[in-house]
Amino acid sequence: MKLDRRLVFAIGVIGLATLVWLLVTIGLIASTLAPEQRALVAEQLAPRFVLIGMTWVFGLLAIGATLRWLFRRYASAPARLVEQTQVLLAAPKAAPMDHQGTKETKALADVIFQLASQRDTLREDVEAQIAQASQGIQLEKNRLAALMAELTQSVVVCNLDGRIILYNTRARLQFKTLSVAPTLASGAELVGIGRSIYAVFDRQLVAHALESIQQRISRGAGSPSAQFVTTTQAGQLLKVQMAPVRNVDAAGNATEISGFVLMLENVTRAFEEEHLRDQLLHSLTEGSRSSLANIQAAVDMLAYPDLEAPMRERFLAVVREEVQSMSGRITDMTQKATQGLKARWPMEEMMGADVLLATQRRIEARSQRSVTLENLDASIWLKVDSFSLTQALDYLAMRLVEEFDIKFFRLRLKASGNRAQLDLIWTGQAMSTETVMSWEMDSMRFGNESTPLTVRDVVERHGGEMWFERERVRHEAFFRFLLPMASVQEQLEATQILQNDSRPEFYDFDLFQSTEQTHALEDRLLSELSFTVFDTETTGLNPSEGDEIIQIGAARIVNGKLLRQESFEQLVNPGRLIPAATVPIHGITQDMVKGKPLIAEVLPAFYSFAQDTVLVAHNAAFDMKFLQLQERHTGLVFNHPVLDTLLLSAVVHPAQESHRLEAIAERFNITVLGRHTALGDAFVTAEVWLRLLPLLQAMGITTLRQAREAAQKTYYARLKY
Amino acid sequence: MNQKILVADDEPNIVISLEYLLKREGYTVIIARDGQEALDMIARELPDLVLLDVMMPKKTGFEVCQEVRANDALKGVKILMLTAKGRDTDLAKGTALGADAYMTKPFSTRDLAQKVADMLGQGQ
Repeated sequence: MKLDRRLVFAIGVIGLATLVWLLVTIGLIASTLAPEQRALVAEQLAPRFVLIGMTWVFGLLAIGATLRWLFRRYASAPARLVEQTQVLLAAPKAAPMDHQGTKETKALADVIFQLASQRDTLREDVEAQIAQASQGIQLEKNRLAALMAELTQSVVVCNLDGRIILYNTRARLQFKTLSVAPTLASGAELVGIGRSIYAVFDRQLVAHALESIQQRISRGAGSPSAQFVTTTQAGQLLKVQMAPVRNVDAAGNATEISGFVLMLENVTRAFEEEHLRDQLLHSLTEGSRSSLANIQAAVDMLAYPDLEAPMRERFLAVVREEVQSMSGRITDMTQKATQGLKARWPMEEMMGADVLLATQRRIEARSQRSVTLENLDASIWLKVDSFSLTQALDYLAMRLVEEFDIKFFRLRLKASGNRAQLDLIWTGQAMSTETVMSWEMDSMRFGNESTPLTVRDVVERHGGEMWFERERVRHEAFFRFLLPMASVQEQLEATQILQNDSRPEFYDFDLFQSTEQTHALEDRLLSELSFTVFDTETTGLNPSEGDEIIQIGAARIVNGKLLRQESFEQLVNPGRLIPAATVPIHGITQDMVKGKPLIAEVLPAFYSFAQDTVLVAHNAAFDMKFLQLQERHTGLVFNHPVLDTLLLSAVVHPAQESHRLEAIAERFNITVLGRHTALGDAFVTAEVWLRLLPLLQAMGITTLRQAREAAQKTYYARLKY
Repeated sequence: MNQKILVADDEPNIVISLEYLLKREGYTVIIARDGQEALDMIARELPDLVLLDVMMPKKTGFEVCQEVRANDALKGVKILMLTAKGRDTDLAKGTALGADAYMTKPFSTRDLAQKVADMLGQGQ
């Protein structure tokens, strides 16, 4: 049995002490004795010294045994307890300790076990609460999803960078009609998690709406929202309502904006019908007014008693003719009249000062001319489509700068009756009526940007007027816009502070955390990037010798998740024969590609689909070669960053012999479905990529740049096509 | 000498009544059937007053009005605009562009005759 060193030391000290005590006692006794007596004692004791030594040794043994017993009882028991407690600490669930020790340590063991049991209960509680909470969140998510799915309106939620976070089925359908290539990508190139909303809407327009919401918030408006109507690339007219999504602080108050909700409505048809109705109404009122005027004048003339007979006949003829034309007009009107429609161009209530400020900023930014605001009257509220209005003013200022080199502008707003006059004033040059007329009627064009709108359209949209006027005395000229003012009630609604926050609490997700990184793409973390994983099927292996793409399939990975529903799959007519030998490989026959779009039509849709993402393919160099050979025809340069799962697999598993897709999929235990269709292979490649990601990260390869550099160093990268 | 009034309107059915009315009131009446003809006649004949319809072919009444006012030689010509456009914005535009008065169709001929007399009376 091993002795504790402390125990040995203690026994040694006691042995030494008793020896010293014995010698001191003998010494003292000896010093009191006379020399004869001392000699006598020594003589008597000398033969018995062994006996004294033995009693000392026995005594020492007894002391040692006692010490050892005490030590085991009081020092090693706590040590055992420590070990047992450590076991408890590490165990997921505490078990009672079988502790052999003193009364005190047994009691201690008992208390420790109780503490551990308490810990276990608390732990279970927390877990139960977490489970409950996440169940609640899941429930809310499902409820929100159900709600969104039920909505007949399209809803898209974006973060501040315009990245789509949420959208509903209705929005998906809506975007399909907006897509320039609806049959190719069915709108998936426009709407999708993580995609930019600016592919659909002008960035300026969204920024403008956000800005006016900000202004309203800063003025204390309760539920600030903005709306605008815009035409899309495909020529559709969309009415968009925007509501901000705001962060909430600890006290539950809404704070800064972290994103926005867009509710979209396609008003193209409604607007066309409305326009037709307006025209009809217009012809009825104005036409009737002239007819009535003609009749009245004629009747007045007929009332003269001295009217000669031929004259009388002529006036009567006028009356007959006009009555007939009015009846005809009304019949025409009732035939054409459409059902009552209410889709007026939506106007929003805005403080006049805000409109002027926005206009000032726009003109200063574009034309680099200083614009001053005159007598800002904060009491004037306008009912306007502020985007198109500021656009019109901006346009006129731009024309003035371009053609007459006007240096300074002033903006003035004044109430005049129930309308407001907004003047864009400059000094100097006046212009001819023809010039004004042409500026009014030309489509507004800013450099490369052009809109189908004219200044006249904008004015008519507001039910207002616009003209050019001169003040000769002051050598000034101005364009005056007559604009509708907001009613008092509307002003109230726009400013009212609503205390009850009736916002449904569906906003528990951390959807608004991700914001655009300022890093260049190269230095972004792989885990943050969006990927388009794609594959092509081709007529053969030699793109430079006339082989062509016959199918493209692609899937998206956003936030580390494969979005199977947002995929791209398209057969392509290669414009040549598919060699019979290759048909068993890809399963695509000549009949299947007949009537399919040509590569020049498919690539633009694929290009939009892959916009803002990193391209991933297995043996990417091969597929990229096909895409690059098309650059000359389509003008589309696929300069996206590219990652190759073949090379990256070689980075992760350098010892493996095969890096074919099947081999890797088998290694990662990925179920392969639909292999050798482009989309099937793209899905497998995507799964492979998602499994390669953590392995790369474990090797310290976390950014796009690192991944590309690592791939370049592998043996396979040196093979050339 | 009789005061001269130009009636500029493309609708014969109103022109016939206005011509008869104004002749009866003792004015010399000349007629223009579109905006361009109106402008030419104003410059040539220097009428004392123009009854100017807004909706006319070639040039609208607004344009005619603005061009007349831009020419100092025609300062004395009074303009009374007649229009089937009932909106107050049109009225504001007409007045801003230099029309002396504005009447919306339909109107009573007595009011018109009165207005014409008032306007020409002022000038004397």
